[in-house]
This record gives sequence, C-alpha cells and structure tokens, in this order.
Amino acid sequence: MSAEANMTTTNTVTPNTINIDGQDIPFKNGQTIMDAALAAGVYIPHLCHKPGLTPHGSCKLCTVDIGSRSMSTSASDRRTQTKFSVDIDRRSVSACTTPAVAGQQISNDTPALNEVRKTITQMLFIEGNHLCPACEKTGNCTLQAVAYHLGMLDGHFPQFFPRREVDASHPTVMLDLDRCILCELCVRASREVDGKNVFAIAGRGINAHLIVNSPSGKLVDSDLETGDMAVHICPVGAILIKEHGYEVPIGRRTFDLHQVGEIGLEPVILAKARHTNE
Amino acid sequence: MEQNATSPTNKGQPPNLRRVAIDPVSRVEGHGKITLMLDTENHIHEARLHIVEFRGFEKFIQGRPYWEVPFFVQRLCGICPVSHQLAAAKAVDQIVGVEQLTPTAEKLRRLLHFGQTLQSHALHFFHLSSPDLLFGFGSDPAQRNIVGVLDKYPELALKGVKLRKYGQQIIEAISGKRIHGTATVPGGMNKALGIAERDALLAGINDILSWSSDALALNEQIHTKNPEHYRFGTIRSNFLSLVGSKGALELYHGGLRARKADGADIFDQFDYRGYQSVIREEVRPWSYMKFPYLVELGKEQGWYRVGPLSRVNNCDSISTPLAEAARKRFKEFGQGGFVHDTLAYHWARMIEALHCAESIHGLLHDPDIIGTDLVAAHGDKRSSGIGVIEAPRGTLFHHYQINEEGLIAKANLIVSTTSNNQAMNESVRSVANAYLDGHEITEGLLNHLEVAVRAYDPCLSCATHALGKMPLQVELLDADGTLLDRLTKGSNGVIERTL
Repeated sequence: MSAEANMTTTNTVTPNTINIDGQDIPFKNGQTIMDAALAAGVYIPHLCHKPGLTPHGSCKLCTVDIGSRSMSTSASDRRTQTKFSVDIDRRSVSACTTPAVAGQQISNDTPALNEVRKTITQMLFIEGNHLCPACEKTGNCTLQAVAYHLGMLDGHFPQFFPRREVDASHPTVMLDLDRCILCELCVRASREVDGKNVFAIAGRGINAHLIVNSPSGKLVDSDLETGDMAVHICPVGAILIKEHGYEVPIGRRTFDLHQVGEIGLEPVILAKARHTNE
Repeated sequence: MEQNATSPTNKGQPPNLRRVAIDPVSRVEGHGKITLMLDTENHIHEARLHIVEFRGFEKFIQGRPYWEVPFFVQRLCGICPVSHQLAAAKAVDQIVGVEQLTPTAEKLRRLLHFGQTLQSHALHFFHLSSPDLLFGFGSDPAQRNIVGVLDKYPELALKGVKLRKYGQQIIEAISGKRIHGTATVPGGMNKALGIAERDALLAGINDILSWSSDALALNEQIHTKNPEHYRFGTIRSNFLSLVGSKGALELYHGGLRARKADGADIFDQFDYRGYQSVIREEVRPWSYMKFPYLVELGKEQGWYRVGPLSRVNNCDSISTPLAEAARKRFKEFGQGGFVHDTLAYHWARMIEALHCAESIHGLLHDPDIIGTDLVAAHGDKRSSGIGVIEAPRGTLFHHYQINEEGLIAKANLIVSTTSNNQAMNESVRSVANAYLDGHEITEGLLNHLEVAVRAYDPCLSCATHALGKMPLQVELLDADGTLLDRLTKGSNGVIERTL
C-alpha cells in the first residue's frame, strides 16, 4: 500500500469540493481547478486559458498555492517508526492544468500571489513591444486589463525592445509579432476548433516565437480565413483584422465596460474581436 | 564641433564667419538654444534658434499599418494632438478612396478641430504669453508667470482656464479623452455626438463667446496702443495658409495660398496634394528642424510664416461676424496691407479663438452634428495620401505612401513650427539687433529674445515652459567664431553666466 493511500486528512472534506480562499467550490470529475473556479464565478487571473481549448499552462498567471491541509500518516513511518504531520502537498501550481481534487485548500487572491502575477505580467510587457497608447487593441486587450487588475504601474524591468516582424501579407488578417506573448491560444484554436494547423511556436527559451505553417512562412500562403477562431482569439494585439482598428470609441471598449475579473466575458471579447455587436 | 562655413546656405556670408554645430550630447529635451553671430562691424549677422530635439516619427512609423497612423503620430504633441490626428486622417481618407465625408462626419471633425484650436490658443495666451504682455517683458520673472497672473488678474486668469477647459470638453465628447483620444476612422468618425453631450456643450457656449471677445479686446488694445509691441521684432515675410474656396479663413480644409510680403500672390487655391512642387525643405547641419521654402522664390527668399498671423493676413474674410469685424480692424491697423509685427501673432490668435467660439456655437445648433451617418463608402485603394490642415500653430502637412500590404513605406511631415523656423531666426535677429548692447548678453536681452520666440507659439515653448520658465541658452560669437558670452536660464528660472 502506498504512503499516500495510508494518509487520511484530519479535516472534514466535503466530497467533490475544493476550497479557494475559504470558499467551498464544487467540481466534477475531470475538471481542473480553473474549470471549477470559473464555473463557480471565482476569477483566477489568466491569459493563455480559454474554456473549450486544451489547457496549456504557459502564462503562469493562474498560479495558485495548494496546501494548508494538515496531513498525517495513519500508521507509523516504516523507517522512523514515528508519526508525522506536514503539509505534504503545499505547492504552487497552474490552476488551468491541475486537476481539482476533493479537499484541496487553495490560495488564490492573496497579496503574495498577486505580486508574483504582477511581476510575470511586467515581464510579458518588457519582452515585447507593447505600446498601449497607440495600439488598436487598447481597451480590448486582456493583457492590458490584467495589468490594470494587478495594479501594474510600470514595466519595472528594462525593456528588451526586440526587433520583430509585421506580417501583413494576408488580405484580411495582420500578424504583429511585437505584441505576441506566446500564449498559444491561436495555435490551439487553429488546431482544435478550425481544424487547421496555421500557427506554431518555434525556438526555445528567449528565442521562442510564433511561426506560420506555410511554404513561405507568410500568412498569405497559409489556409487562414477571416472567420477562423484563431484570428479572433488573440488576447493581445498580435493578430488583427486589417483596416478595422479604432472603430470602437473610447468608453465602449470591452474593458471600459467590464472588469477583466468578470466571469463569462469570452463571448464579449470574441464579439469585439470579430467587430460584431455584443 | 566647429566647422568652416562652406554650405550653399552660407553663400553671401563674410568668409570669416564660423558655424557652430551642436554636439548631440548636448541634446536636452525642451531646451532652446540661440546663437548670435556678429560680423566684423559687431552687428548681428545671423541668429540661430537651435532645435535640438530629435523625434524621428517619420522613420519609426515605417512598416506600421496606415489605419494606425493617426493615433501614432498624434503622440507627437500633447497640446495639438487633434491636429495631427486630423491631418493624418485626411491622408488616410485619400488612401481608402474617400473624397467627401458624410455631412455629420465632416462637421464633427470641424467641431473637434475648433475645440482643439480654442483650447490651444487659450493655453498660449493666458498661460504662456499673458505674463509677458500684462507685466512687461522686463518685469520680475518671479511674477511673470501664470501664478502671477492669477494673483494680480484672477478673473482674467480663470477665464483662460475655463476657455481651455471648454475646448477640452469638446475634444473629450468627440474623441473620448481630452488628450490623445480616438475619433477618426478611414473615411469618417467612430462615434456620434449624443444629444446630452451636445446640450452640455451648448450650456456653456455663451460664456465662451463672451470670454473670447474679452480676450480679443485685451490683445487688440495691448498691441495697438503700445509701440513697444507693434515695433517689437517686426520682420517682413511671405505668408502661407489654407483658405476656403472664396478666400475665407479656413482651418480644416481648403486650398493653399502663398503671398509675398507686399500682398502679391505667389499661388492661390493650390491643391495641397501637389505641395511638393511648391514647397521644398532644406536641411542645415546645426538643427534637427528642416527649413521649408517656397520653390518659386528659392532658398534665400522663399521662407515664409504660418499660423494665426499668416491666416488672418492671408484670408479675404472670416465666416463668423464678430471675428470678421475684428479682422477688418486688424486690416485697418495694417493700412490695408499685411501686418508684419511679430507680436501681432497674439492679436491674430485671439481673433481666431473668437472665430472658433462662434463656429462652435453654429455647429452645436446644426442638426447634422448629432447625426449618425458617420462613415463614407470607401472607393479604390490608393498608394498615397496627403492631409493638410491648419493646426493652431500653422499649416500642417502629413504625407504617407503605403505598400501593397497597407503598411507605411514612406512618410513626410512638415509641422507648423518647422515652417516658422527661418522666421523665428529672423525675429530673434531683429530683436537682438535692437537690444544687444556691446558684447554682453544681459538678462533683459534674454527676456526679449524669449518673448520673440514665444510669439510664434513653437512646440518647443509649449512643451517646456509651463509657468513661463522656458529653459534657454544664448551664446554670442564674434566674427572669428570666438565665444564672447553665454547666458543660461534653467527651467527653475535661475539665470547663470556660464562662459
């Protein structure tokens, strides 16, 4: 029998619930912490997650702490012949990729975690060229909204000022790699929703970058179409419909009207990206 | 770094004059630097206002999509971003094949532009120039600022603040923000003006008309009653501006009119899309700012002035009654000809401010202004667009070429202060000749030079001399290029001799 099987919690656990910041939240088998939280109306900051797409766990903004569950062995440790009591599973995990397990005690909206999330967001900003004041996605940009949500006031770190290309070869879609945060939402949407494989990530570490799967590497030679989910799912201004910028006046943009922490915003964000009414 | 004068632009200069190029290390944003060069007779031979700030917008918008440009280039300025947005938007209209906006879109753009010009002119007179004009050029610098005006003339100063605020309210109602909003889209506007927004603006317009009239009366009186003002830094120049189809004052759209100092036509009703055939730009190594000139008159004689003085001189009429009456008095002062006084810029600026207030009044009562037909149908895509507008400081040119993917391939901007470049040098020379005594730069001379530069309302001044404390350095060189004196005024107002 494994050591885990020997363990019993000293807390009373309601079957099929997890606890986030003191709130019991039900979950169904197979759901992640993020799935359960969203279903219960609890916001965990995230950028690379979209319900319906395979979780990816790359942006790390949804990092939560699991722990504070007092655990003890039900039998003596075979080596020490002593009983012990520790937080054996206290750790930081990505909420979007970690399965919900009954009894998990999860810290989410804490000053320490939000500070770490802010630092991650600052790094996303300084790694690219995010010129919010003139960007057509401003006000509709989830990265910008998350930065506001976390109280980010500056980039903190020195700017990388990378030299990245604009691919405007496609007749209706533009790719501005200055703003790509490598969330892979477009990669997954193209593969899993559109049934295509237009985008991929190449390179490793700091050299990782979005590429287009076409003979020339250009969008115009791919099978991307304006109506594809991959075109509209970008949380920043990296993939845009050409010639439609700034059509939504200030005051009516997504995050003029909504907080990023509101649950169920996906249809609103998608409608703005598609330039249709909410 | 020093060089001997060898460029064609120095033709006709005494051989022993020397040219001083500014080391880029000395670039400090917002600082003005003036070099006065004496000839062998110890007269001011040449004055150079060095603009040493480098912005580089023409270069770094290359490769950006054309529809982004109005919002990128408006970041050139925090005082007149609307002018840059509108000039670029006019160029973008041409790129998407729109020749005529819908009536509502054009009137919204005009209203936006009138609001912008009103607030900019109010800012310049009340905040920046009124301290000089009300207290005198040589008065105590501790008092000669907006705080001093608030202290001694509180009612006047508050009117100035409220005039500016009203202009900004118009900008906010149309573009969403008081500074750097978004209003234009290719071929139109992105938002209708709501009835409640229109009514809120209507509620304040009568005060605005009254205060604009008062400001004009004050400027008119200051200028016409004081020889010290109307003789100050007077230079004769050519004038360039847009005018309406019947020669009326026009701030948003029209044909180019250039006239010589005596009023003779150089060209009139010229389609600005052909501007490159009538205006060229000269580069001089000592300034990042180019020197535009009228091709017909050549580099030496072709410099011109733009802005309120040029517009009010150049136009045949003004469409609003109070401003038109003021223009006629202005013309009478010039005895029918052009008024060339440098400080008449202030007077002309307030005539325009009143015109803006009257025009805003008219537009707010126009039913089209709350219409919802905002975007004209696009035509065939074109590879270039040229937008020209009369910004508060003068004629503003935006010229863009795009590639087949819709990205900017080339851009050329001639901003108003650039057009006034040579004129500012000439005014500085005129003032320096009148007030330089011997080989020493006095605080009084520095103050007078500052007043001459400020009359043009250059971006340099706007950007940096809040509270009337424009950082400025003046150098005096003899015919051998030897530095005779140097006086520096910091942004804290402290003056130091730094020779």
